[in-house]
Amino acid sequence: MGLEELVPDGILTTTVEKMINWARRSSLWPATFGLACCAIEMMATSASRYDLARFGAEVFRASPRQADLMIVAGRVSKKMAPVLKRIYDQMPEPKWVISMGACASCGGIFNNYAIVQGVDTVVPVDVYVPGCPPRPEALIYGIMKLQEKIDKQRLKQAPPVAESEPPRIATETSSATA
Amino acid sequence: MATAISPEFKTITINMGPQHPSTHGVLRLVIELDGETVVSLKPVIGYLHTGMEKTMESKNYHKSITVTDRMDYLSPLGNNMAYVGAVEKLMNLELPERAQVLRVILLELTRISSHLVWLGTHAIDLGAMSVFLYCFREREKLLDVNDMVAGSRLTPSYFRVGGFFQDVPDTFVPHVSKFLDEFPIALGEYQDLLTKNRIWMKRTIGVGVISAEQAIDLAVTGPTLRGSGVRYDVRRAQPYSGYETYDFEVPLGRNGDVYDRFLCRIEEMKQSLSIVRQGLDRLRPGPVRCDNPYLFPADRTDVKLNMEELIYHFKIMSEGYSAPPGDAYFAIESPKGELGFYVVSDGGPIPHRTRVRPPSFINLQALEDMCVGRMVADTVACIGSIDIVLGEVDR
Repeated sequence: MGLEELVPDGILTTTVEKMINWARRSSLWPATFGLACCAIEMMATSASRYDLARFGAEVFRASPRQADLMIVAGRVSKKMAPVLKRIYDQMPEPKWVISMGACASCGGIFNNYAIVQGVDTVVPVDVYVPGCPPRPEALIYGIMKLQEKIDKQRLKQAPPVAESEPPRIATETSSATA
Repeated sequence: MATAISPEFKTITINMGPQHPSTHGVLRLVIELDGETVVSLKPVIGYLHTGMEKTMESKNYHKSITVTDRMDYLSPLGNNMAYVGAVEKLMNLELPERAQVLRVILLELTRISSHLVWLGTHAIDLGAMSVFLYCFREREKLLDVNDMVAGSRLTPSYFRVGGFFQDVPDTFVPHVSKFLDEFPIALGEYQDLLTKNRIWMKRTIGVGVISAEQAIDLAVTGPTLRGSGVRYDVRRAQPYSGYETYDFEVPLGRNGDVYDRFLCRIEEMKQSLSIVRQGLDRLRPGPVRCDNPYLFPADRTDVKLNMEELIYHFKIMSEGYSAPPGDAYFAIESPKGELGFYVVSDGGPIPHRTRVRPPSFINLQALEDMCVGRMVADTVACIGSIDIVLGEVDR
Protein backbone atom coordinates (compact mmCIF):
# COMPACT_ATOMS: atom_id res chain seq x y z
CA MET A 1 0.00 0.00 0.00
CA GLY A 2 1.33 3.37 -0.87
CA LEU A 3 1.58 5.86 -3.65
CA GLU A 4 2.63 3.13 -6.08
CA GLU A 5 -0.82 1.51 -5.96
CA LEU A 6 -2.66 4.80 -6.31
CA VAL A 7 -0.51 5.97 -9.20
CA PRO A 8 0.54 2.84 -11.04
CA ASP A 9 2.00 4.69 -14.05
CA GLY A 10 3.91 7.12 -11.91
CA ILE A 11 2.29 10.14 -13.53
CA LEU A 12 -0.05 12.66 -11.97
CA THR A 13 -1.60 15.66 -13.63
CA THR A 14 -2.09 18.78 -11.60
CA THR A 15 -1.49 22.48 -11.83
CA VAL A 16 1.66 24.15 -10.63
CA GLU A 17 -0.45 26.26 -8.31
CA LYS A 18 -2.06 23.28 -6.64
CA MET A 19 1.20 21.46 -6.27
CA ILE A 20 2.99 24.42 -4.77
CA ASN A 21 0.15 25.12 -2.39
CA TRP A 22 0.10 21.47 -1.39
CA ALA A 23 3.81 21.55 -0.69
CA ARG A 24 3.58 24.78 1.27
CA ARG A 25 0.68 23.76 3.44
CA SER A 26 1.98 20.29 4.16
CA SER A 27 5.25 21.42 5.67
CA LEU A 28 4.71 24.57 7.63
CA TRP A 29 7.77 25.42 9.67
CA PRO A 30 6.82 27.57 12.64
CA ALA A 31 9.31 29.90 14.23
CA THR A 32 9.67 29.33 17.97
CA PHE A 33 8.15 32.56 19.06
CA GLY A 34 6.84 31.75 22.49
CA LEU A 35 6.01 34.78 24.58
CA ALA A 36 3.85 33.84 27.52
CA CYS A 37 1.38 31.24 28.73
CA CYS A 38 0.26 30.30 25.21
CA ALA A 39 3.81 29.23 24.43
CA ILE A 40 3.47 26.44 26.95
CA GLU A 41 0.34 25.25 25.20
CA MET A 42 2.19 25.58 21.90
CA MET A 43 4.90 23.33 23.34
CA ALA A 44 2.23 20.92 24.54
CA THR A 45 0.78 20.89 21.03
CA SER A 46 4.10 19.83 19.58
CA ALA A 47 4.77 17.32 22.37
CA SER A 48 3.59 13.83 23.09
CA ARG A 49 -0.17 13.79 23.33
CA TYR A 50 -1.15 16.23 20.61
CA ASP A 51 1.77 15.59 18.26
CA LEU A 52 1.66 18.44 15.80
CA ALA A 53 3.86 16.35 13.49
CA ARG A 54 0.69 14.75 12.18
CA PHE A 55 -0.05 18.03 10.44
CA GLY A 56 3.42 18.53 9.06
CA ALA A 57 4.12 21.54 11.24
CA GLU A 58 6.34 20.18 13.96
CA VAL A 59 9.71 21.54 12.83
CA PHE A 60 9.96 24.51 15.16
CA ARG A 61 12.85 26.60 13.94
CA ALA A 62 14.83 28.79 16.24
CA SER A 63 15.91 31.03 13.39
CA PRO A 64 13.18 33.05 11.71
CA ARG A 65 15.09 32.76 8.45
CA GLN A 66 14.20 29.08 8.31
CA ALA A 67 10.55 29.51 9.21
CA ASP A 68 7.46 30.38 7.24
CA LEU A 69 4.88 30.48 10.01
CA MET A 70 4.97 32.69 13.06
CA ILE A 71 2.72 31.59 15.89
CA VAL A 72 2.50 34.63 18.14
CA ALA A 73 1.87 32.78 21.38
CA GLY A 74 1.16 35.16 24.21
CA ARG A 75 0.86 38.79 25.14
CA VAL A 76 2.97 41.23 23.16
CA SER A 77 4.34 44.05 25.26
CA LYS A 78 5.17 47.44 23.82
CA LYS A 79 8.83 46.63 24.35
CA MET A 80 8.51 43.38 22.45
CA ALA A 81 6.56 44.75 19.48
CA PRO A 82 9.60 46.10 17.56
CA VAL A 83 11.39 42.80 18.12
CA LEU A 84 8.37 40.94 16.83
CA LYS A 85 8.24 43.12 13.73
CA ARG A 86 11.92 42.55 13.09
CA ILE A 87 11.58 38.79 13.43
CA TYR A 88 8.63 38.86 11.07
CA ASP A 89 10.67 40.87 8.56
CA GLN A 90 13.48 38.34 8.79
CA MET A 91 11.23 35.47 7.75
CA PRO A 92 11.42 34.67 4.04
CA GLU A 93 8.33 34.92 1.82
CA PRO A 94 5.82 33.36 1.70
CA LYS A 95 5.00 33.67 5.37
CA TRP A 96 1.97 33.44 7.56
CA VAL A 97 1.06 34.51 11.06
CA ILE A 98 -1.20 32.82 13.57
CA SER A 99 -2.26 34.97 16.47
CA MET A 100 -2.62 32.50 19.32
CA GLY A 101 -4.78 33.41 22.25
CA ALA A 102 -6.76 36.37 23.44
CA CYS A 103 -3.77 38.55 24.35
CA ALA A 104 -2.13 38.28 20.95
CA SER A 105 -5.44 38.75 19.19
CA CYS A 106 -6.85 41.72 21.09
CA GLY A 107 -4.94 42.33 24.33
CA GLY A 108 -7.02 39.85 26.30
CA ILE A 109 -7.56 40.68 29.94
CA PHE A 110 -4.67 43.16 29.90
CA ASN A 111 -6.07 46.42 28.66
CA ASN A 112 -3.33 48.58 30.11
CA TYR A 113 -0.27 50.68 29.37
CA ALA A 114 2.06 47.77 28.74
CA ILE A 115 0.37 45.45 26.28
CA VAL A 116 -0.17 45.90 22.55
CA GLN A 117 -3.89 45.56 21.95
CA GLY A 118 -3.68 42.94 19.25
CA VAL A 119 -0.64 41.79 17.31
CA ASP A 120 -2.41 42.73 14.07
CA THR A 121 -1.40 46.30 14.79
CA VAL A 122 2.20 45.19 14.19
CA VAL A 123 2.12 42.38 11.62
CA PRO A 124 -0.65 41.07 9.32
CA VAL A 125 -2.42 38.09 10.87
CA ASP A 126 -3.88 35.18 8.90
CA VAL A 127 -5.62 33.15 11.57
CA TYR A 128 -6.79 34.15 15.04
CA VAL A 129 -7.09 31.38 17.60
CA PRO A 130 -9.30 32.39 20.53
CA GLY A 131 -8.85 31.14 24.07
CA CYS A 132 -6.90 32.06 27.16
CA PRO A 133 -4.86 30.06 26.44
CA PRO A 134 -6.32 28.09 23.54
CA ARG A 135 -6.28 24.36 24.04
CA PRO A 136 -3.91 22.44 21.78
CA GLU A 137 -6.93 21.22 19.83
CA ALA A 138 -7.79 24.84 19.09
CA LEU A 139 -4.28 25.59 17.88
CA ILE A 140 -4.34 22.52 15.65
CA TYR A 141 -7.68 23.68 14.28
CA GLY A 142 -6.13 27.09 13.63
CA ILE A 143 -3.26 25.49 11.75
CA MET A 144 -5.73 23.44 9.71
CA LYS A 145 -7.64 26.62 8.88
CA LEU A 146 -4.39 28.17 7.75
CA GLN A 147 -3.71 25.15 5.58
CA GLU A 148 -7.12 25.60 3.98
CA LYS A 149 -6.25 29.23 3.38
CA ILE A 150 -2.91 28.35 1.79
CA ASP A 151 -4.67 25.82 -0.42
CA LYS A 152 -6.80 28.59 -1.87
CA GLN A 153 -3.91 30.95 -2.47
CA ARG A 154 -3.37 32.09 -6.06
CA LEU A 155 0.15 32.17 -7.30
CA LYS A 156 -0.34 35.46 -9.11
CA GLN A 157 -1.65 37.40 -6.17
CA ALA A 158 0.68 35.64 -3.77
CA PRO A 159 1.58 37.36 -0.60
CA PRO A 160 2.31 41.08 -0.98
CA VAL A 161 0.28 41.81 2.15
CA ALA A 162 3.43 42.52 4.07
CA GLU A 163 4.61 45.29 1.77
CA SER A 164 1.25 46.91 1.11
CA GLU A 165 0.12 47.09 4.72
CA PRO A 166 2.37 49.20 6.90
CA PRO A 167 2.24 48.62 10.63
CA ARG A 168 -0.39 50.68 12.32
CA ILE A 169 1.64 51.51 15.39
CA ALA A 170 5.06 53.03 15.27
CA THR A 171 7.79 50.54 15.95
CA GLU A 172 11.50 51.13 16.29
CA THR A 173 12.28 49.75 12.84
CA SER A 174 9.50 51.59 11.04
CA SER A 175 10.13 54.91 12.74
CA ALA A 176 13.82 54.62 11.98
CA THR A 177 13.19 54.19 8.27
CA ALA A 178 10.39 56.76 8.06
CA MET B 1 47.24 34.84 19.17
CA ALA B 2 45.43 36.57 21.99
CA THR B 3 48.36 38.86 22.72
CA ALA B 4 48.33 40.07 19.11
CA ILE B 5 44.90 41.56 19.50
CA SER B 6 44.87 45.09 20.79
CA PRO B 7 43.11 45.56 24.12
CA GLU B 8 40.11 47.41 22.71
CA PHE B 9 39.24 44.43 20.52
CA LYS B 10 39.91 41.86 23.18
CA THR B 11 36.32 41.25 24.05
CA ILE B 12 33.22 41.16 21.92
CA THR B 13 29.72 41.83 23.08
CA ILE B 14 26.96 39.56 21.87
CA ASN B 15 23.26 39.69 22.30
CA MET B 16 21.34 36.59 23.30
CA GLY B 17 17.61 36.87 22.92
CA PRO B 18 14.94 38.10 23.37
CA GLN B 19 14.01 35.55 20.74
CA HIS B 20 16.22 32.61 21.58
CA PRO B 21 15.14 29.02 22.03
CA SER B 22 16.94 28.48 25.32
CA THR B 23 16.22 31.66 27.20
CA HIS B 24 12.89 30.24 28.39
CA GLY B 25 10.79 33.04 27.09
CA VAL B 26 11.81 36.52 26.13
CA LEU B 27 14.89 37.00 28.28
CA ARG B 28 17.65 39.02 26.68
CA LEU B 29 21.23 38.72 27.79
CA VAL B 30 24.01 41.07 26.80
CA ILE B 31 27.13 38.96 27.11
CA GLU B 32 30.68 40.21 26.86
CA LEU B 33 32.97 37.48 25.62
CA ASP B 34 36.69 37.00 25.66
CA GLY B 35 37.04 34.24 23.11
CA GLU B 36 34.42 31.84 24.38
CA THR B 37 34.69 32.86 28.01
CA VAL B 38 32.03 35.04 29.55
CA VAL B 39 33.50 38.24 30.98
CA SER B 40 30.26 39.91 31.96
CA LEU B 41 26.62 39.14 31.56
CA LYS B 42 23.68 41.48 31.95
CA PRO B 43 20.08 40.33 31.79
CA VAL B 44 17.81 42.82 30.04
CA ILE B 45 14.26 42.25 31.10
CA GLY B 46 10.88 43.78 30.50
CA TYR B 47 10.03 42.19 27.17
CA LEU B 48 7.00 40.58 28.73
CA HIS B 49 6.07 43.40 31.07
CA THR B 50 2.34 43.16 31.47
CA GLY B 51 1.60 45.72 34.11
CA MET B 52 -0.05 43.13 36.33
CA GLU B 53 0.46 44.93 39.61
CA LYS B 54 -1.12 48.03 38.14
CA THR B 55 -3.95 46.02 36.61
CA MET B 56 -4.67 44.55 40.03
CA GLU B 57 -5.15 48.04 41.43
CA SER B 58 -8.15 48.51 39.18
CA LYS B 59 -9.77 45.13 39.73
CA ASN B 60 -11.50 43.89 42.84
CA TYR B 61 -9.97 41.10 44.90
CA HIS B 62 -11.95 38.42 43.15
CA LYS B 63 -11.06 39.45 39.62
CA SER B 64 -7.35 39.71 40.37
CA ILE B 65 -7.17 35.94 40.84
CA THR B 66 -7.35 35.45 37.08
CA VAL B 67 -4.47 37.89 36.63
CA THR B 68 -2.23 35.93 38.99
CA ASP B 69 -2.68 32.78 36.88
CA ARG B 70 -0.85 34.40 34.03
CA MET B 71 2.14 35.42 36.10
CA ASP B 72 4.01 32.16 36.61
CA TYR B 73 2.04 30.18 34.08
CA LEU B 74 3.81 26.95 34.94
CA SER B 75 2.35 26.90 38.43
CA PRO B 76 -0.89 28.86 38.16
CA LEU B 77 -2.37 27.39 41.31
CA GLY B 78 0.70 28.43 43.27
CA ASN B 79 0.10 32.02 42.25
CA ASN B 80 -3.57 31.70 43.12
CA MET B 81 -2.60 30.39 46.53
CA ALA B 82 -0.14 33.17 47.28
CA TYR B 83 -2.64 35.83 46.29
CA VAL B 84 -5.72 34.45 47.99
CA GLY B 85 -3.53 33.64 50.98
CA ALA B 86 -2.57 37.29 51.29
CA VAL B 87 -6.17 38.43 51.04
CA GLU B 88 -7.29 35.75 53.49
CA LYS B 89 -4.62 36.92 55.92
CA LEU B 90 -5.88 40.45 55.51
CA MET B 91 -9.45 39.34 56.14
CA ASN B 92 -8.47 36.91 58.91
CA LEU B 93 -10.23 33.92 57.44
CA GLU B 94 -10.00 30.36 58.71
CA LEU B 95 -10.48 27.66 56.10
CA PRO B 96 -12.28 24.34 56.59
CA GLU B 97 -10.13 21.22 56.79
CA ARG B 98 -11.09 19.83 53.38
CA ALA B 99 -10.23 23.06 51.60
CA GLN B 100 -6.79 23.12 53.18
CA VAL B 101 -6.05 19.51 52.27
CA LEU B 102 -7.28 20.00 48.72
CA ARG B 103 -5.09 23.05 48.37
CA VAL B 104 -2.04 21.12 49.49
CA ILE B 105 -2.79 18.30 47.04
CA LEU B 106 -3.29 20.69 44.15
CA LEU B 107 -0.25 22.79 45.01
CA GLU B 108 1.99 19.75 45.08
CA LEU B 109 0.60 18.44 41.82
CA THR B 110 1.26 21.86 40.33
CA ARG B 111 4.80 21.73 41.65
CA ILE B 112 5.33 18.43 39.85
CA SER B 113 3.89 19.77 36.61
CA SER B 114 6.07 22.87 36.82
CA HIS B 115 9.17 20.81 37.50
CA LEU B 116 8.28 18.62 34.52
CA VAL B 117 8.34 21.60 32.17
CA TRP B 118 11.62 22.69 33.75
CA LEU B 119 13.11 19.23 33.29
CA GLY B 120 11.91 18.92 29.71
CA THR B 121 13.12 22.33 28.59
CA HIS B 122 16.36 22.12 30.57
CA ALA B 123 17.14 18.79 28.93
CA ILE B 124 16.22 20.04 25.47
CA ASP B 125 18.56 23.01 25.97
CA LEU B 126 21.38 20.62 26.67
CA GLY B 127 20.54 18.41 23.73
CA ALA B 128 18.33 15.67 25.18
CA MET B 129 15.17 15.88 23.11
CA SER B 130 13.44 12.70 24.22
CA VAL B 131 13.21 13.77 27.87
CA PHE B 132 11.02 16.67 26.79
CA LEU B 133 8.53 14.34 25.12
CA TYR B 134 8.42 12.04 28.15
CA CYS B 135 7.95 14.95 30.55
CA PHE B 136 5.07 16.37 28.59
CA ARG B 137 3.45 12.95 28.45
CA GLU B 138 3.23 12.90 32.25
CA ARG B 139 2.38 16.59 32.48
CA GLU B 140 -0.73 16.09 30.35
CA LYS B 141 -2.14 13.91 33.12
CA LEU B 142 -1.71 16.77 35.58
CA LEU B 143 -3.26 19.25 33.18
CA ASP B 144 -6.19 16.84 33.03
CA VAL B 145 -6.56 17.36 36.77
CA ASN B 146 -6.78 21.13 36.24
CA ASP B 147 -9.23 20.53 33.45
CA MET B 148 -11.31 18.30 35.68
CA VAL B 149 -11.54 20.62 38.67
CA ALA B 150 -11.71 24.00 36.97
CA GLY B 151 -12.39 23.46 33.28
CA SER B 152 -9.14 24.94 32.06
CA ARG B 153 -5.83 23.24 31.44
CA LEU B 154 -3.30 25.94 32.05
CA THR B 155 -5.03 28.82 33.79
CA PRO B 156 -7.49 27.25 36.19
CA SER B 157 -8.09 30.18 38.62
CA TYR B 158 -9.49 27.53 40.89
CA PHE B 159 -8.73 28.98 44.31
CA ARG B 160 -10.99 31.62 45.78
CA VAL B 161 -10.63 33.88 48.74
CA GLY B 162 -12.12 31.67 51.43
CA GLY B 163 -11.79 28.30 49.72
CA PHE B 164 -12.93 27.07 46.33
CA PHE B 165 -15.82 27.98 44.08
CA GLN B 166 -16.84 24.33 43.91
CA ASP B 167 -15.75 20.97 45.23
CA VAL B 168 -13.66 18.60 43.15
CA PRO B 169 -15.59 16.09 41.03
CA ASP B 170 -15.85 12.42 42.01
CA THR B 171 -13.32 11.46 39.36
CA PHE B 172 -10.62 13.54 41.06
CA VAL B 173 -9.40 11.07 43.67
CA PRO B 174 -9.21 8.03 41.34
CA HIS B 175 -7.40 10.09 38.72
CA VAL B 176 -4.82 11.43 41.16
CA SER B 177 -4.34 7.97 42.72
CA LYS B 178 -3.69 6.55 39.27
CA PHE B 179 -1.16 9.29 38.63
CA LEU B 180 0.54 8.56 41.95
CA ASP B 181 0.96 4.95 40.89
CA GLU B 182 2.26 5.76 37.43
CA PHE B 183 4.50 8.70 38.10
CA PRO B 184 7.31 6.98 40.08
CA ILE B 185 7.89 4.72 37.06
CA ALA B 186 8.10 7.73 34.77
CA LEU B 187 10.42 9.52 37.18
CA GLY B 188 12.65 6.46 37.12
CA GLU B 189 12.75 6.74 33.35
CA TYR B 190 13.89 10.35 33.48
CA GLN B 191 16.60 9.47 35.92
CA ASP B 192 17.70 6.59 33.73
CA LEU B 193 17.96 9.01 30.86
CA LEU B 194 19.82 11.76 32.68
CA THR B 195 21.20 11.17 36.17
CA LYS B 196 24.09 8.94 35.17
CA ASN B 197 24.22 10.09 31.58
CA ARG B 198 27.83 11.00 30.85
CA ILE B 199 27.01 13.89 28.54
CA TRP B 200 24.53 15.26 31.04
CA MET B 201 27.01 14.98 33.89
CA LYS B 202 29.75 16.67 31.88
CA ARG B 203 27.47 19.52 30.97
CA THR B 204 26.18 20.07 34.50
CA ILE B 205 28.66 19.00 37.20
CA GLY B 206 30.75 21.91 38.37
CA VAL B 207 28.88 24.31 36.09
CA GLY B 208 27.21 27.43 37.42
CA VAL B 209 28.49 27.00 40.95
CA ILE B 210 27.08 29.38 43.50
CA SER B 211 28.12 29.17 47.12
CA ALA B 212 25.72 29.23 50.03
CA GLU B 213 26.93 32.68 51.13
CA GLN B 214 26.52 34.10 47.63
CA ALA B 215 23.07 32.58 47.31
CA ILE B 216 21.95 34.07 50.63
CA ASP B 217 23.42 37.46 49.72
CA LEU B 218 21.50 37.45 46.47
CA ALA B 219 18.25 36.52 48.27
CA VAL B 220 17.89 33.51 46.02
CA THR B 221 15.18 31.06 47.11
CA GLY B 222 13.74 27.73 46.08
CA PRO B 223 15.71 24.83 44.62
CA THR B 224 18.33 27.30 43.40
CA LEU B 225 19.13 28.11 47.03
CA ARG B 226 18.74 24.58 48.32
CA GLY B 227 21.07 23.29 45.62
CA SER B 228 23.76 25.25 47.44
CA GLY B 229 22.93 23.49 50.68
CA VAL B 230 20.89 26.13 52.51
CA ARG B 231 17.91 24.69 54.29
CA TYR B 232 15.17 27.20 53.61
CA ASP B 233 11.75 26.14 52.47
CA VAL B 234 8.74 28.38 53.08
CA ARG B 235 6.64 25.30 53.68
CA ARG B 236 8.80 24.69 56.75
CA ALA B 237 9.80 28.23 57.69
CA GLN B 238 6.33 29.80 57.55
CA PRO B 239 3.89 26.92 57.07
CA TYR B 240 0.60 27.64 55.36
CA SER B 241 -2.45 25.59 54.51
CA GLY B 242 -1.46 23.01 57.12
CA TYR B 243 1.96 22.10 55.69
CA GLU B 244 3.36 21.77 59.20
CA THR B 245 1.36 18.57 59.68
CA TYR B 246 2.78 16.80 56.63
CA ASP B 247 5.78 14.59 56.72
CA PHE B 248 8.27 15.46 54.00
CA GLU B 249 11.96 16.03 53.44
CA VAL B 250 13.58 19.19 52.11
CA PRO B 251 16.22 17.96 49.66
CA LEU B 252 19.53 19.79 49.78
CA GLY B 253 22.43 19.95 47.38
CA ARG B 254 26.07 20.18 48.34
CA ASN B 255 28.08 21.85 45.59
CA GLY B 256 25.58 24.41 44.34
CA ASP B 257 26.12 23.50 40.69
CA VAL B 258 23.62 22.82 37.94
CA TYR B 259 23.71 19.10 38.64
CA ASP B 260 22.85 19.54 42.32
CA ARG B 261 19.92 21.77 41.48
CA PHE B 262 18.78 19.11 39.03
CA LEU B 263 18.97 16.42 41.71
CA CYS B 264 17.15 18.68 44.19
CA ARG B 265 14.22 19.19 41.88
CA ILE B 266 14.00 15.49 41.02
CA GLU B 267 13.94 14.69 44.74
CA GLU B 268 11.36 17.42 45.31
CA MET B 269 9.05 15.73 42.85
CA LYS B 270 9.32 12.52 44.90
CA GLN B 271 8.57 14.44 48.09
CA SER B 272 5.59 16.10 46.42
CA LEU B 273 4.24 12.69 45.52
CA SER B 274 4.51 11.68 49.15
CA ILE B 275 2.70 14.84 50.27
CA VAL B 276 -0.09 14.23 47.76
CA ARG B 277 -0.40 10.67 49.03
CA GLN B 278 -0.73 11.90 52.61
CA GLY B 279 -3.24 14.51 51.47
CA LEU B 280 -5.43 11.94 49.76
CA ASP B 281 -5.47 9.87 52.95
CA ARG B 282 -6.70 12.87 54.92
CA LEU B 283 -9.35 13.95 52.46
CA ARG B 284 -12.71 13.73 54.21
CA PRO B 285 -16.06 14.98 52.94
CA GLY B 286 -16.94 18.44 54.12
CA PRO B 287 -17.31 22.04 53.05
CA VAL B 288 -14.64 23.54 50.79
CA ARG B 289 -15.35 27.18 51.53
CA CYS B 290 -15.76 29.46 54.52
CA ASP B 291 -19.25 29.98 55.79
CA ASN B 292 -19.21 33.67 55.02
CA PRO B 293 -22.12 35.31 53.19
CA TYR B 294 -19.95 38.24 52.14
CA LEU B 295 -17.61 36.04 50.15
CA PHE B 296 -19.75 33.42 48.48
CA PRO B 297 -23.29 33.87 47.21
CA ALA B 298 -25.92 31.51 48.59
CA ASP B 299 -27.58 28.75 46.59
CA ARG B 300 -29.70 29.83 43.69
CA THR B 301 -32.93 28.70 45.34
CA ASP B 302 -32.17 30.71 48.49
CA VAL B 303 -31.37 33.76 46.40
CA LYS B 304 -34.75 33.48 44.74
CA LEU B 305 -36.68 33.01 47.97
CA ASN B 306 -34.93 35.23 50.52
CA MET B 307 -34.42 38.97 50.41
CA GLU B 308 -31.26 38.80 52.54
CA GLU B 309 -29.52 36.31 50.25
CA LEU B 310 -30.53 38.33 47.22
CA ILE B 311 -28.87 41.42 48.65
CA TYR B 312 -25.67 39.53 49.43
CA HIS B 313 -25.70 38.01 45.97
CA PHE B 314 -26.12 41.41 44.38
CA LYS B 315 -23.35 42.92 46.48
CA ILE B 316 -20.90 40.15 45.67
CA MET B 317 -21.65 40.17 41.97
CA SER B 318 -21.66 43.93 41.51
CA GLU B 319 -19.05 45.22 43.92
CA GLY B 320 -17.19 42.25 45.35
CA TYR B 321 -16.07 41.90 48.92
CA SER B 322 -14.05 44.35 50.94
CA ALA B 323 -11.04 43.73 53.10
CA PRO B 324 -10.44 45.67 56.32
CA PRO B 325 -7.84 48.46 56.09
CA GLY B 326 -4.31 47.24 56.60
CA ASP B 327 -1.68 45.27 54.79
CA ALA B 328 -0.58 41.65 54.61
CA TYR B 329 2.34 39.75 53.18
CA PHE B 330 1.85 36.11 52.43
CA ALA B 331 4.48 33.85 50.91
CA ILE B 332 4.39 30.31 49.63
CA GLU B 333 7.02 27.93 48.38
CA SER B 334 6.29 28.04 44.68
CA PRO B 335 8.22 25.64 42.42
CA LYS B 336 10.66 28.50 41.76
CA GLY B 337 11.12 29.74 45.30
CA GLU B 338 9.48 32.11 47.72
CA LEU B 339 6.52 33.68 45.98
CA GLY B 340 4.96 36.40 48.05
CA PHE B 341 2.10 38.83 47.65
CA TYR B 342 1.92 42.04 49.61
CA VAL B 343 -1.57 43.49 49.55
CA VAL B 344 -2.47 46.88 50.96
CA SER B 345 -6.12 47.57 51.58
CA ASP B 346 -7.80 50.89 52.24
CA GLY B 347 -11.00 49.19 53.28
CA GLY B 348 -12.64 49.09 49.88
CA PRO B 349 -13.28 46.22 47.48
CA ILE B 350 -10.25 47.09 45.36
CA PRO B 351 -6.71 46.73 46.76
CA HIS B 352 -4.85 49.98 47.17
CA ARG B 353 -1.63 48.31 46.10
CA THR B 354 -0.54 44.79 45.29
CA ARG B 355 3.14 43.99 45.20
CA VAL B 356 4.58 40.68 44.13
CA ARG B 357 7.82 39.15 45.32
CA PRO B 358 8.57 37.01 42.30
CA PRO B 359 11.14 34.26 42.89
CA SER B 360 12.20 34.14 39.23
CA PHE B 361 13.07 37.82 39.17
CA ILE B 362 15.25 37.57 42.23
CA ASN B 363 16.83 34.25 41.26
CA LEU B 364 17.75 35.75 37.91
CA GLN B 365 20.24 37.98 39.72
CA ALA B 366 22.35 34.94 40.44
CA LEU B 367 22.84 34.29 36.73
CA GLU B 368 25.78 36.62 36.34
CA ASP B 369 27.64 35.07 39.27
CA MET B 370 27.02 31.64 37.83
CA CYS B 371 28.16 32.38 34.30
CA VAL B 372 31.11 34.76 34.55
CA GLY B 373 34.38 33.01 33.87
CA ARG B 374 32.81 30.03 32.18
CA MET B 375 32.16 29.12 28.56
CA VAL B 376 29.26 30.75 26.77
CA ALA B 377 27.65 27.35 26.21
CA ASP B 378 27.33 26.93 29.98
CA THR B 379 25.12 30.00 30.11
CA VAL B 380 22.34 27.91 28.63
CA ALA B 381 22.76 25.28 31.34
CA CYS B 382 22.70 27.99 34.03
CA ILE B 383 19.54 29.63 32.70
CA GLY B 384 17.83 26.27 32.68
CA SER B 385 18.97 25.44 36.18
CA ILE B 386 17.51 28.53 37.84
CA ASP B 387 14.15 27.75 36.22
CA ILE B 388 12.94 31.23 35.41
CA VAL B 389 9.57 32.08 33.98
CA LEU B 390 9.60 35.39 32.20
CA GLY B 391 5.96 36.01 32.89
CA GLU B 392 6.92 36.23 36.54
CA VAL B 393 10.18 38.11 36.05
CA ASP B 394 8.51 40.90 34.10
CA ARG B 395 4.92 40.66 35.38
